[in-house]
Amino acid sequence: MASDSRRTAPRPGLVLDVDQSTPPVLFHHGEGFRLEKLPADRSRIIYPAEPLPGLPDPDESIRQALLNPIEDDPLPSLLTPGMKLTIAFDDISLPLPSMRKPDIRQRIIEQVLDMAAAASVDDIHLIAALALHRRMTEDELRHCLGDRVYDAFAPQGAIYNHDAEDPDGMVELGLTRHDEQVTMNARAAESDLLIYVNLNIVSMDGGWKSTATGLSGYSGIRHHHNVATMQKSKSFMDRHKSELHHSNWRQGEVIKKNGPRIFQIETTINNNTFGYDGPMSVLQKREWEWTAKDRATFIGMKKGLDMMPTAAKRAIFNGWKAPYELTSVQAGDVEAVHEVTLEHCFKQHLVPVEGQTDVLTFGLPYICPYNVNSVMNPILVMCLGLGYFFNMYRGKPLVREGGVLIMSHPTPWEFHPVHHPSYIDFFEQVLSDTTDPLELEAKYEKQFAEDEWYIHLYRNSYAYHGVHPFYMWYWGASALQHLGRVIIVGGDKRAVRRLGFQPASTMQDALEMASDVVGPAPSITHLHNPPILMADVT
Amino acid sequence: MSKLARQVGLPKLPAALSPIGRFRALSFPYRAPSTPRGVRPLRPKARTGADYDTDWSRRPPARLARAAIIEGPMRLAVASLAAPDRRGADRLAATKGPVIFAANHHSHIDTPLLLTSIPEPWRHKMIVGAAADYFFGTRITAALSSLVIGAIPIERSKVGRRSADLAAELIDDGWSLLIFPEGGRSPDGWGQPFRGGAAFLASKTGVPVVPIHVEGTGRILRKGRSLPRPSTTSVTFGRPITAEDGENATRFGARIEREVAALADETSSDWYTARVRAHASESPELTGPDANGWRRTWALGDRSRGSKSRKRRWPDI
Repeated sequence: MASDSRRTAPRPGLVLDVDQSTPPVLFHHGEGFRLEKLPADRSRIIYPAEPLPGLPDPDESIRQALLNPIEDDPLPSLLTPGMKLTIAFDDISLPLPSMRKPDIRQRIIEQVLDMAAAASVDDIHLIAALALHRRMTEDELRHCLGDRVYDAFAPQGAIYNHDAEDPDGMVELGLTRHDEQVTMNARAAESDLLIYVNLNIVSMDGGWKSTATGLSGYSGIRHHHNVATMQKSKSFMDRHKSELHHSNWRQGEVIKKNGPRIFQIETTINNNTFGYDGPMSVLQKREWEWTAKDRATFIGMKKGLDMMPTAAKRAIFNGWKAPYELTSVQAGDVEAVHEVTLEHCFKQHLVPVEGQTDVLTFGLPYICPYNVNSVMNPILVMCLGLGYFFNMYRGKPLVREGGVLIMSHPTPWEFHPVHHPSYIDFFEQVLSDTTDPLELEAKYEKQFAEDEWYIHLYRNSYAYHGVHPFYMWYWGASALQHLGRVIIVGGDKRAVRRLGFQPASTMQDALEMASDVVGPAPSITHLHNPPILMADVT
Repeated sequence: MSKLARQVGLPKLPAALSPIGRFRALSFPYRAPSTPRGVRPLRPKARTGADYDTDWSRRPPARLARAAIIEGPMRLAVASLAAPDRRGADRLAATKGPVIFAANHHSHIDTPLLLTSIPEPWRHKMIVGAAADYFFGTRITAALSSLVIGAIPIERSKVGRRSADLAAELIDDGWSLLIFPEGGRSPDGWGQPFRGGAAFLASKTGVPVVPIHVEGTGRILRKGRSLPRPSTTSVTFGRPITAEDGENATRFGARIEREVAALADETSSDWYTARVRAHASESPELTGPDANGWRRTWALGDRSRGSKSRKRRWPDI
C-alpha cells in the first residue's frame, strides 16, 4: 500500500532539522554505505522528492511528440526518400546508473526509424554523440539502442561512435561572435536532417550542449571546457547562469546558421533509481520510515558488501539497472524544446532551501558519468563531488563562500587502465606538481590533448581522450575557488592528499577539522542521496 | 464372491437370494429407465470436446502444478529441443493487464515454446486456445491438456458461442489467452490464412493483441511426424495492437496477420528492412507463393534464417 501511494502521490522534497530523535542518516560511500549521526539543533538534511509518476503510455507519448513538435514541423513531413538522415544520441554517460531495458533512446529511435521506413529513407547513420568520452562497446550500444536497431544497421557500419580525432570526419562550421570555433562530425553536418535523441537526468544536459559538445572535438570544446568558463558558471545546473551553457548556445547559433537542420528530441526521467520494491529500494526511503524488513535488508546488504572484494562489489553495482520512468518527451526546435525539458527536470529535482550553510556534507556513490562499467578513480571523485554535487543548486551555492565540504568516499588509488590511461599520468605527473586549475591548464593541457598515443587509444581502444582528466579537474574549479576546505571521510589518505584535500577517518573527525575553518558549532547541511536532488537556495 | 463360492464348492444361491441378483431385480425408479422403441433417445451429456469443463484447471492447486511443469520439465525440454532465440519482449514493457497472444503455428512444440517464452506477468495466468476436437477428444487428453498447458477448448469445425464466451469471460477475469489464429498446424511449412477468433475476442473484450512469430518449430516436429528432432528456433514478439475505431474483426484479423508477417520478415532479414517493406505493404506473405507442389517447398528456402554455424577457416586434416 505504501509503495502504491508513493507511486501515485509522490511527496515533495523536504528540509529536515536534525534533533535528538533524528536517526542516523545514510551516506553513499562508493560501493558501500555509512550511517552517520549529525549534530542535533545545528544540522539539517535535504531530502529529495519521491519519484514522479512515469507517463502511462510512453510509446504513445513519444509518437505524439514526433507528430506534434514544438515550433517545428511534424517529423514525417521532414523525411523524404533519398535524403541523408543522421540520428545522434546521448552516450553511455546517461542515465546513471544505466536504465532497465528498453532504454528510452531505443523507444524513440525505433519510432523515428519507423517513420523513416514509411518514407523509404535509405541513407541513415546512427552516431553515439560522445564528444571526447570513451567509445561505447557493442554490448553498451545494444543496451542503448536495442537488438532490433543494432542488428539492422550495425552490419552495414551505419551505427558507430563519434570520432572527434578523425581528420576526415570533422568539419568546421565557423566562429561565434566571441571567436569560438565550432566543429562538428562531418556526417552529421552534411546531413539533410540531424535528429538528436537526448536523455536528461539533470538540468545540465540537453539543449545546444547536445550537438555543440556531443558531436564536436577538442578545438570546439576547449572554448567552454576551460577554467575561466567553469569558474564563471554559477551553476552548471542553471543554464541561464552557466557560462558553459552560454558558450554552447553561441556555438548553437553558428550551427543553426551553417550546420544541418536539427530536430531535437529531449526526454526527462524520474528519480526512481532503486525502485519501490526489492533489496535496493531501502536506499531511497527516508530513514525514519525504514520498516523492520528494510532495516534487516540494509544490515544484510552492508555486512555483505563490507566483506566482499572490491571487484565483486563493482560487478554487483554495475549490474544494477535503474527502473527509471519517462516523465516527459518533447521534440522540435532545440531551444524551445529545452525550456520545456528544464521545467520537467526542475519539477522532479528542485527542493526549496533557505540560506547557506557553513559545512556541506554528502556521500558519493559508486558511479559518475565517466566510470560506467569502470573504476571511480580519485580524479572522478573530485569531479563528482566538486563538479556535480556541489553544483546541484539554483540561486546560491548550498555552502557559503569559505565554507567546508565533507564528502564520504573510499577514493581508492586505482584507475581503469583501458578507460583512463591519461588519468593515470595526470594523477602521477600533473597533480604531484600542482592542483591549481589555472596553472595545470596553462602548463599541461595542450601536451595531453595532442599526445598521439592518447589520441590513438581514444580512437581505437576504449579510452577517454587525453585531455579529459583536465576537464574533470576544471569541472571542480568553481567549487575549489569557493570553498575553504575539502575533507574526504574514509578515503585512501595518500590519494586524498594528492588531490589537495584532507582525509578524515570518521565524520566526527571531519566535523572537528571543519571547525578549524568555519569556527565552533558551525551549521551543517547534508545533501541526501540517492536519489538526485537540486537545492533551490534563497 | 460367487467365484470364490464356486471355488470352495458352496452351493449356488437362488437369484432372489444373491445380492447381485437382487440388484438386478430392481426396476425403475431404482434403476434408469429404458428408452421405448421408436423414440429417439436423448443424446448423453457430452463431457469431452467443447463441453469439457476446465474450471478445475484454473484453481490454485492445478495452477501451482502447471507452473512447476512449465518452469521445470517443459523449460528443460524446450531448451534441449528448440534452443530458442527470444526477441522483442521489450515491446511489452508498457503493457499492463490481460492480452491475447496470437502466433503462427507449425508444430506441437509451439505451445510449450511460447509458454516458456512469454514473459511475466502473463506466463502463469495464461489460457491456451486448443482445438476441441483434437485436444479434448477423450477425458484423458482433455484433463492433460487442461492441466499441463491450461488449455480451453475452441471449436474449429463450427461456429460456436460457447468457446468464445468462455474465452471472453476468462479474459475479463484477468487471464491472458494464447491462440493460434491459423486454426491448426501448418501442413507444408507455410502459414495458413488467419481466422477471426483472436480479432473477435480482442474487439469484444477490448484487450490488445500481441502478434508473435515463431520460426523453426516445423523442423523439430512438423505435422505428420511423431518423433522430435532438435533444431534452433526463434520467437519474436510484436508491439501490442488494438482494434481501431470502426475497424471490424475481419479487418483487424487481417492486420494481425500482416503484423505477424512483418515479424517473420524481421526474423529473416532485419528490423529496418522489414519496417520499410511493412510500410510499403510488401512484407512477404505468411501463406507463401500462390503455387502448388515443389514450388512452395522450394520457396521455403528463402525464408529460413542463415545458418548460425561458423564457417571453418581451415579444413579438417
